[in-house]
Amino acid sequence: MIPELGHLALIIALGLALALSVIPMWGSYKNHFQAMALAPSLAIGLFVFVAISFGCLAHAFLNDDFSVSLVATHSNSMLPSAFKFAAVWGNHEGSLLLWVLILSIWTAAVAVFSTPLPLPVLARVLAVMGFVAVGFLLFSLLTSNPFARLLPSTPSDGSDLNPLLQDIGLVIHPPILYMGYVGFSVAFAFAIAALLGGRLDASWARWSRPWTNTAWAFLSLGIMLGSWWAYYELGWGGWWFWDPVENASFMPWLAGTALVHSLAVTEKRGLVKSWTVLLAIFAFSLSLLGTFLVRSGVLTSVHAFAADPTRGVFILVFLACVIGGSLTLYALRAPAVSSRINFSWLSRDCLLLLNNVFFLTATLTVLFGTLFPLLMDALGQGKYSVGPPYFNAVFVPLMAVLVPFMGIGPNARWKQDSVSRWQRELLVPALVALLLGAVLPWFHAGEFNPWVALAVVLASWLALAMLRDLLSKLRHASGVGAGLRRLSPSYYGMQLAHLGFAVAIMGVVLATQYSVELDLKMSPGESHEIAPYRFRFDSLEQVRGANYVADEARFTVTRGGALVATMAAQKRRYLASGQVMTEAAIDAGVFRDLFIAMGDPIGDQAWAIRLQVKPFLRWIWAGAIAMALGGFLTLADRRYRRARSAATLTLPGANASGAI
Amino acid sequence: MARFKLFLPLGLFVALALLLARGLQLDPKALPSALIDQPLPEFSLPVLGAEQILSRSEVVGEVALFNVWATWCISCRVEHPYLGHLATQGVPIYGINYKDDDAAALQWLQQLGDPYRLSIVDAEGSLGLDLGVYGAPETYVVDRSGVIRYRHVGVVDERVWSEILEPIVTRLRGDG
Repeated sequence: MIPELGHLALIIALGLALALSVIPMWGSYKNHFQAMALAPSLAIGLFVFVAISFGCLAHAFLNDDFSVSLVATHSNSMLPSAFKFAAVWGNHEGSLLLWVLILSIWTAAVAVFSTPLPLPVLARVLAVMGFVAVGFLLFSLLTSNPFARLLPSTPSDGSDLNPLLQDIGLVIHPPILYMGYVGFSVAFAFAIAALLGGRLDASWARWSRPWTNTAWAFLSLGIMLGSWWAYYELGWGGWWFWDPVENASFMPWLAGTALVHSLAVTEKRGLVKSWTVLLAIFAFSLSLLGTFLVRSGVLTSVHAFAADPTRGVFILVFLACVIGGSLTLYALRAPAVSSRINFSWLSRDCLLLLNNVFFLTATLTVLFGTLFPLLMDALGQGKYSVGPPYFNAVFVPLMAVLVPFMGIGPNARWKQDSVSRWQRELLVPALVALLLGAVLPWFHAGEFNPWVALAVVLASWLALAMLRDLLSKLRHASGVGAGLRRLSPSYYGMQLAHLGFAVAIMGVVLATQYSVELDLKMSPGESHEIAPYRFRFDSLEQVRGANYVADEARFTVTRGGALVATMAAQKRRYLASGQVMTEAAIDAGVFRDLFIAMGDPIGDQAWAIRLQVKPFLRWIWAGAIAMALGGFLTLADRRYRRARSAATLTLPGANASGAI
Repeated sequence: MARFKLFLPLGLFVALALLLARGLQLDPKALPSALIDQPLPEFSLPVLGAEQILSRSEVVGEVALFNVWATWCISCRVEHPYLGHLATQGVPIYGINYKDDDAAALQWLQQLGDPYRLSIVDAEGSLGLDLGVYGAPETYVVDRSGVIRYRHVGVVDERVWSEILEPIVTRLRGDG
């Protein structure tokens, strides 16, 4: 009964989404107040019914209702409750429902927090989001019904959740990632509403910014969680694989990063409006494209969902409607005359746009690499695979060239600045950074590694240039405390995010350069040294978990005779599916990770064992977390809550003509 | 004219959408059917870790597996121990070291063990191109007369071996 209620709630949600996409939009052209005013209520109703539907599915999972096909194929009565709940989105149908749920959360959030917006704008924004919801609800109901039953032949137990997914990572990674992915729908909706209304101005950019920053912060966090999860769960100690599905989440992030910066130019200087609108469309289009790539089976990947061509066709048609429609609208309505270029090459405006060039190039590079196998196949040129060598070869130099400008950016003035002033401000940070780059690698490793030196130079340049900017902001304050209080949360958010980028650079390069990994045959009693750590294989035990049995290799790690950690790696056999999983033992630290994974048994008591020491690995994720926190911090800015005063102007797009 | 420029993104998207539509009709895992029951392509490539140029005629003559691998391929690590297991059971396996670095490949074999009779160095991917390799790992079953009889994309493990590859190998061995 409850699954049918869930299904019904989903159908009602579709009705509400249809109403939301049509009525307020119509009202905004007819200047019909009641029609427009209906939008927030419809948005909240949409959220409520999607939430009910999601709750019903979760109920089926938590109560082991194996008559529901999805539960029978993706859960098991022995599964711990937290994983039963997460199993809701550990499959195509359920994760799609999560997608819709999160879209409805964003829609409801816009309805609740954007009340100061002019009504026609709010109505159009919500209508666009409603339209996106219609597409995904139809997708769910027509091709991927999560509530399909297995009646009358209900199995007595489920065939279990893929053991790779039985992890805290599944509980938190997809919801956070989707918050980011789907969150760009808000920036998209604002852009479309602005195009429809013909009102592309600074206030549009100011309304979009907090939403875009939030989505970007969630996406940063989500990608970071995915990388962390892959690191400890896939069992091989890698943290990024340039897999098509990883790229699918990374491309919107790159485009989103460009958008965040481009919105700053549009808000502060009223420039490059068309470009910013295009980026907003682009970022969300990449989210949709990612959904297509992951769910249609056109590319092979380690974590693609089961492929189904009808689903692929459906999403492609939907993509064509949403992206094709919005780009047509863009072509017809975006201001064709570029805003007069009234800034010099030496200005913050220009540096921010340079950021756009870098990040857009990076996005297209990743897009090209991801689609290249498909392109070659379609042209009959055979099957290709594009691996890390391509991505690293293009991506690394791009980022290395970006950072020098990134240090200047915040120090630069809007509109017009001068090289001599930059020299005055930034010469010292630059010299100190070069010095640190030359010296620090020696201190750390006793040898000069050019890649590490480059990373240290770039990261310290970035950090010192930010510090320089902070100091010059405090120069005219009466006291340091007073000066710090006067700076806005946006400014601190920017500082934190940029600092996070510096930390992440250090992490990526040092972890790659200084990692040591050994694959060995080891028996209990043997030890092996990766200087300065000594790994001793103490014993091999049989252990039993809730739904698996495991061989456990217990290690003690010492450094100069002193105990550093005791670690236990496992090789698990899951009882329901019989699948074997490697559970790595990891001892995390600020300056190094110790990593032990079991391979296969090699004869009597001996196992293939992988030992790794990965210096500075945590810095990658610490950096990503700092970036995300920086993004969230900008929300505290008071200027985003003063929208009401700006909203009293009349709206040229509110009438049917909607001329630009 | 300025308005015309704004249509550019739409044009690019249409091209992309056509590509994706075509992609839906293709199976990324399917072998170009032309290669099944076709002879293993001719090649003349070095052997990993040896001063020797190898050609097709030197590797055909018995039922063997040709395994495409590379050190940059994560899944290859996963299947590597199982290939070692098969090698100890007397299954002839030739490696095709695909678009890889020789030194890294040698170090890998030293550390993880070498299940291969020998590894063909396909640094440029030319043999891979002829075979239609999509990615690593891939495993081809080649019969006595050097004809490709089966292609497996992805990791070879206990299940793949016993359910798919072993029956084929046994049948081919029995054929004559």
